[in-house]
Amino acid sequence: MTQSWRLPEGGAIDRSRPLAFDYDGTRYEGYAGDTLASALLANGVHLVARSFKYHRPRGIHSAGAEEPNALVQLARAARTEPNTRATVQELYDGIVAGSQNCWPSVRFDAGAIADAMSPILPAGFYYKTFMWPPTPKWWLKYERAIRRAAGMGRAPGVPDPDHYEHQYAHCDVLVIGGGPAGLAAARAAANAGARVIVCQQSPHFGGHLFGIDVGSIDDRPAADWVDGTIAELTERADVTLLSRTTAFGYYDDNLVGAIERLTDHLPSPPAHLPRQRMWMIRAKAVVLASGAIERGIAYANNDLPGTLLAGAALTYVKRYGVRLGTQAVVFANNDGAYGAALGLHEAGVRISAIVDVRQESQLGGALPARARATGLVLLPASVIARARGRLRVSSVDVVPRAGGAAKSFDCDVTAVSGGYSPAVHLFSQARGSLKYDPMTASFFPDASPWPIIPAGAVNGHFSLAEAIADGEAAGAAAVERAGLHITGSTPAPPTRRANPVAVEPFWAVASHHRRAKSFVDLQNDVTVADIALATREGYQAAEHLKRYTTLGMGTDQGKTSNVIGLALLGEQLGLSIPEVGTTTFRPPYTPVTLGAFPGHAQGPHVEPTRYTGMHAWHEEHGARLVNAGLWKRPHSYPRPGESEDAAANREAHNVRENVGIVDVSTLGKIELQGRDVPALLDRIYINRWDTLQIGRCRYGVMLREDGIVRDDGTTSRLDATHYLMTTTTANAVSIMQHIDRLLQIDWPELDVYATSVTEQWAAAALSGPKARKVLAQLVDIDVSNEAFPFLAVAACRARIANGDISARVFRISYSGELAYEIHVPSSQGRVVWEAVLDAGQAFGIMPYGTEAMNTLRVEKGHVVIGSEIDGRTTAADIGMEKLVNPTKWCIGKPLLTRPALNAPDRWQLVGLTAQRGAPMPRGAKLVADPDRATPNPTLGHVTSWCFSPNLDAWIALALLSGGRSRYGETLWAVSPLADAKVRVKVGPSCFIDPSGERLRG
Amino acid sequence: MMLIPCPYCGPRNQIEFTYGGDATLRRPAPDAPESAWVDYVYLRDNPCGPHDELWYHGAGCRSWFKVRRDTRTHQILESATIDPPQPADP
Ligand SMILES: [Zn+2]
Repeated sequence: MTQSWRLPEGGAIDRSRPLAFDYDGTRYEGYAGDTLASALLANGVHLVARSFKYHRPRGIHSAGAEEPNALVQLARAARTEPNTRATVQELYDGIVAGSQNCWPSVRFDAGAIADAMSPILPAGFYYKTFMWPPTPKWWLKYERAIRRAAGMGRAPGVPDPDHYEHQYAHCDVLVIGGGPAGLAAARAAANAGARVIVCQQSPHFGGHLFGIDVGSIDDRPAADWVDGTIAELTERADVTLLSRTTAFGYYDDNLVGAIERLTDHLPSPPAHLPRQRMWMIRAKAVVLASGAIERGIAYANNDLPGTLLAGAALTYVKRYGVRLGTQAVVFANNDGAYGAALGLHEAGVRISAIVDVRQESQLGGALPARARATGLVLLPASVIARARGRLRVSSVDVVPRAGGAAKSFDCDVTAVSGGYSPAVHLFSQARGSLKYDPMTASFFPDASPWPIIPAGAVNGHFSLAEAIADGEAAGAAAVERAGLHITGSTPAPPTRRANPVAVEPFWAVASHHRRAKSFVDLQNDVTVADIALATREGYQAAEHLKRYTTLGMGTDQGKTSNVIGLALLGEQLGLSIPEVGTTTFRPPYTPVTLGAFPGHAQGPHVEPTRYTGMHAWHEEHGARLVNAGLWKRPHSYPRPGESEDAAANREAHNVRENVGIVDVSTLGKIELQGRDVPALLDRIYINRWDTLQIGRCRYGVMLREDGIVRDDGTTSRLDATHYLMTTTTANAVSIMQHIDRLLQIDWPELDVYATSVTEQWAAAALSGPKARKVLAQLVDIDVSNEAFPFLAVAACRARIANGDISARVFRISYSGELAYEIHVPSSQGRVVWEAVLDAGQAFGIMPYGTEAMNTLRVEKGHVVIGSEIDGRTTAADIGMEKLVNPTKWCIGKPLLTRPALNAPDRWQLVGLTAQRGAPMPRGAKLVADPDRATPNPTLGHVTSWCFSPNLDAWIALALLSGGRSRYGETLWAVSPLADAKVRVKVGPSCFIDPSGERLRG
Repeated sequence: MMLIPCPYCGPRNQIEFTYGGDATLRRPAPDAPESAWVDYVYLRDNPCGPHDELWYHGAGCRSWFKVRRDTRTHQILESATIDPPQPADP
């Protein structure tokens, strides 16, 4: 028995191409052109899901992206995807899918006990129940249990095998929606000479016309008009037609995000194709032809499988040739649903009754007249009070609105229409205001500050002729808004709605069955009673109601339910719908796969990687690399069998004993040229610069405007008007930006030109007592202490394997040893590095990495950005108050006098030595008594720590309240997280050579 | 994402720029009272509507320039180069 509910003919499906598929372990057949939903319905499968909260049986409810119920798990090995809407998933051969949120099966679901327990699961249940006892521990316990019971579907457990790409595009007019209004707009804009992109959500253009015969355009069948227009647009080089593409978000300045699905409909996606392509389209003007979404009416048990939106019922009959059942009841408050009744009738579904909330006098339209002429039973001024059935609707009780006895009508299909909600989502995202139209009981676009022009049904033009006229007008208007000279036809006047689809506002049937639920939001199991309860409990704003009841959340974002919920809230409060307002429409319009957002920017391509000129050498010599911002830096160079820590200790020890070399190319480097460089330096550094001689360099500290330390580094005077500033690796970019700002905005009269040369120079620091001997072998200048003293700078030639090259040498020291920095063009970084190692071989030279560098600077008490310079410390806090020149102004200085920055209990930089050789716990705080009950007053915290191979002790730098007056005290470094405590002795921050003899020697 | 008209390069995506705050602020004279410095460093207007602000085209021409932006809609009403030079130098 296969496809027994397929009509013998009709529909836009390819009956010559049967496709096999598997749903919940049963094998079925469908046709090319089916969606998973239409193929299931063709096999008589309505029950496909269990609801989120009560685990009630649910069926396919819509025929589009708005589907609240039919969320299925697509089993596709690593490509498995939960929450796939069966109504938009195209059928392909071999598709395997299944129900989610049910166990052991969708027909018998143990979780349905939640439905029986529903009186104790009201709106806001979690907030009410799980807040007691009021300790986080209990909530964590509850949460674990709730997580197990809730949730929909399973995420894949392995990495995504697909790739995704990004495409930027520009156009004059972007048309969102490829239905009649959108196509008319695209044609009008293209005829006027505009570059046009059209996004169509489904695989086919034509919108609701596709596969559904709904009359004629220009005396041609509507389908012919669609085909002709598509053919015309396809011809044009300046028109791009994108099908399977959803415009999901509208961002500032007419940037529209759209997702194109390239392989989701293919049985075996070719490896070269991206699964999806994210378009970022910058349009001069946008035509929003997104159509309207039908909504239901709430009545008791309106969620039984077999209950569909009327338009969806018509779509399944006409587009997919599916006979939905044997007999149907249609429930409506507008004429549109009569089309579904007639369609079902023609397909051989017996219409038990058309239940219309409106009075007899309101049923004079063409469609009701046709229904009557066809002999269908119309029940005016009546409502469905209750549906009956277990896993499928079997009958409905109909009562007159005025009251009276219920009459039962058998049916296995109920087609419901509560009116149409324009898909205003992107208009609202474009900061567009909405206006409520009582005639159609819907929100329509009103005004947006951006050039976004609604057209067709979203604009209230529901009839075909009107939609096309409105589309043409919108296309012309968009061309005008895009600022183009109009070459073709003149813009048509805006159309008026001559034939609005009159909708009698009707949202919910009053229920007299206490246990029978009337659903407003099917996906989130929000009932009419929930909304009343939330209102009684004070959640009376639309946004509050949403959060308390979860109305309009989830994958469908309430596309079929929001307006009903707002109307019921209004009824509860005695307010009109516009007074209640809407909740905010946020992107994305429909769910977007996360992989599409990064596109190719994943793994190593998340951000650029920066390599120094010596990088290849580091890799070849076993360096363990670490990330320093975007840079790769050697952490250490472990020898075979040596641990990283042992390697770092060996390297640090060798610097103090012999000599070492470290790659410091990552330092920020800024060239400064001009007559006024000293004036600039005086204004941005706390110390004095107008006295700096040619061939000398100086250490400097910069402050923020509020007086807190911003960065430190050296600046060298290479020539009369030529300086080189170094910044920390971390602040290289922000200091460049800071200097640009000062020179361009604050002091444009200064004769200074600044350029970042970080990438242009490779730099290596050579340090250790034997550094001079090594350098002497390498360069052609006199490097004796007399000729090249501490803080000297010189240009020179450096000998390399095949000759010599230009280099700069700076006598500066970070390690505290006799040290030099050698700068060469980046391309020469490796050869000079190797030349230094060659020259140093006889002196025991070793390369060292960032870990040894850190050990050396902690031993020396040098501060570092992020640890000691933590955005809260002043120059005085880190022991540099003497550097602040009293005779001149600099950025940050005026606020340094504030009392709080000079309080005696400021946290000040100190050194700590761990007693009894204990390792310093990470992230330790300093206390006087580790065993005191919490809150134990914090005196400070450890900022940097290391094992010092030169002192044979664990040492640390710390910021300690009134630290400099505590030298000699014993405190405790404690880490409650690591359950560790260590006795530490407080002393000065500099552990090695405090008088600086080594670095000056 | 805003489309920011750099006066030197033309309209470019917001990701190429860095925001620089209120364009009307002037650094006080070096000997200005502490209260003037506190105002300059900490106090900002938060207008609802047009706001004159600075932007930096870091991923482009490295220029700072002025933008008038409506804080309610993110619409950029105009952009201009920094000139004439601003007074109040230390
Ligand atoms: Zn620019």
